[in-house]
Amino acid sequence: MADETCETCLSGTNLTKIYAFGKSRTVAVDNINFCFNAGQVISIVGESGSGKTTLAKMLLGLTNVTSGQIYFRGKPLDISTSKKRKEYWKSIQAIFQDPYSSYNIFTKIDDVLLDCIHLRGGRKVPKEEKIAMMEEACRFVNLKFAELTNKYPFELSGGQMQRLMIARVFLLKPKILLADEPTSMIDACSRASILEMLLKLRDEINMTLIFITHDIGLAYFISDEVYIMEHGKIVESGSADEVILNPKEAYTKRLINDVPKIYEPWDLSTVDYHL
Amino acid sequence: MGKTILKVDNLKTKYITRYNEDVYAVNDVSLEVEEGKSLGIAGESGCGKSTLALSLMGYYFAPLHYVSGDIVIDGKNISSLEPDAVRQSVLGQEIAYIPQSAMNALNPTRKIINFIEDVVLAHEPNSDKKEIRQLAETRFELLGLPKSVLDHYPVELSGGMKQRTVIAISVFLSPKILIADEPSSALDVSSQKMVIKMLLDLMDRGLVKAMIFITHELPLLYNVTDDIMVMYAGQIVEKGTARQTVFDPLHPYSKGLMGSIIVPEAGVRNSKLSSIPGVPPNLKHPPQGCQFAERCKYVVEECKTHEISMRPAEGDRAYRCIFGEDVLRKAYNNG
Repeated sequence: MADETCETCLSGTNLTKIYAFGKSRTVAVDNINFCFNAGQVISIVGESGSGKTTLAKMLLGLTNVTSGQIYFRGKPLDISTSKKRKEYWKSIQAIFQDPYSSYNIFTKIDDVLLDCIHLRGGRKVPKEEKIAMMEEACRFVNLKFAELTNKYPFELSGGQMQRLMIARVFLLKPKILLADEPTSMIDACSRASILEMLLKLRDEINMTLIFITHDIGLAYFISDEVYIMEHGKIVESGSADEVILNPKEAYTKRLINDVPKIYEPWDLSTVDYHL
Repeated sequence: MGKTILKVDNLKTKYITRYNEDVYAVNDVSLEVEEGKSLGIAGESGCGKSTLALSLMGYYFAPLHYVSGDIVIDGKNISSLEPDAVRQSVLGQEIAYIPQSAMNALNPTRKIINFIEDVVLAHEPNSDKKEIRQLAETRFELLGLPKSVLDHYPVELSGGMKQRTVIAISVFLSPKILIADEPSSALDVSSQKMVIKMLLDLMDRGLVKAMIFITHELPLLYNVTDDIMVMYAGQIVEKGTARQTVFDPLHPYSKGLMGSIIVPEAGVRNSKLSSIPGVPPNLKHPPQGCQFAERCKYVVEECKTHEISMRPAEGDRAYRCIFGEDVLRKAYNNG
């Protein structure tokens, strides 16, 4: 199995993904190299269609890599069989954009959380202990387990569902959490609490957090390192302060300019309608 | 002082659920918008922002019902009109509405020009289609949209382009007031900027006289609007200019909201975000007294028993709290 002490958690060399349909070919991710260190918060920022989500799917093993190689803790990632893939998924978990479609609507919340305990090999744990674990996870995300038993996920609000997602991750204790726009469908107030929870969770179980977003303000708030993607390529990367306070690429500058700010004036004169 | 375009007095509307329970989603709201001004409405999901927008338009279709209060648009009281009369004489001409998801607002089987024809024909049944087309072409050019968009189907346009097209269609009859309900929250930052620029252009050119802008993104609201109103559980809890509300919030709820602002500026990274614990009250059984009491850090016994009304504060603003402004500011300074 992978090397436990390896500093680099996840890395990729010459990673490319091409979607081909008939004669048309779309290069979604174009020959990128990256290296994510363990225990850090890494943001991947880009506009719609820049290949962020395709990169996420490749990292999760949900889609094939056209060429290039992903390394998990220094070893080439092998997910050729479903058994190996399931083993890999014990180390990497994801939170997606739309909380409403992230759950099986026929599964009760108790079972959602119970499944996580079973996946961690807790099948033989006595029932009281399982309930205590579930209560602890719910408390971590400011939900009350007693109010959730015998309910279905669709009875919760969007923010609560997303927090339940974090409770799952808390129980599963993966090495990597990949959050793909986890707050874009949630209002500003719940967003703050979800970001705080993700950071707290990172410290609690010492995982690597890969945060995908189009909002560079969020990326700046949460991350240690930032990767900026444009048309499938990584155009700029580095520490959050370096990239966002002193951007070098024109694209990064534009992304930062486009976000409304409160301490500096927001320059609307640069808008080009004919883009 | 400019001319008052929209004046709302003690508006109250309710939803009737299928178990015959009353839910007052807009409760005692008064507001005023002057010519050339824009008003922002902020608040969490479910606080009644969108219901307020529908109520202002007189769009009372079940389960939404009108209870009491006046809506006066440019001297004309629309609150007593029937929904169908509202649709004929008010919507589009007096007041226009931009929904949140433009993607779902357009019928996929019709071309953009057809929607514009619909809008015009609904108000002037004898208009000539060629004239409408000419008008549409001039208007689209004015707003920076390519003419070719008119002959496209909605699916052929990108999200940002669709949203801008919907805006152009909504303001085609030059309404007096435009209500934009989260017009940019489904878009990425660059398209968002284009949509906002377009809305501000509309105001500058006088195509709309005043605007109400609804969103939960406070930095956006701060940059776009002149005044900001904060809504909580169907009530207005704070009213003031954008600068006052963002940099010197008075109501504890506004204070909490301002703590959740995230912008890419120095000093923000790893700063402490403040989020408000708990959930908004269930409006089927609203609590007595202050609606925010359950989640408020500074709550006292009286909050839970006394009905609290808006009180004026220095600088032509108002808020809904039992404490005076000095007491609140002191409490915020002490954390």
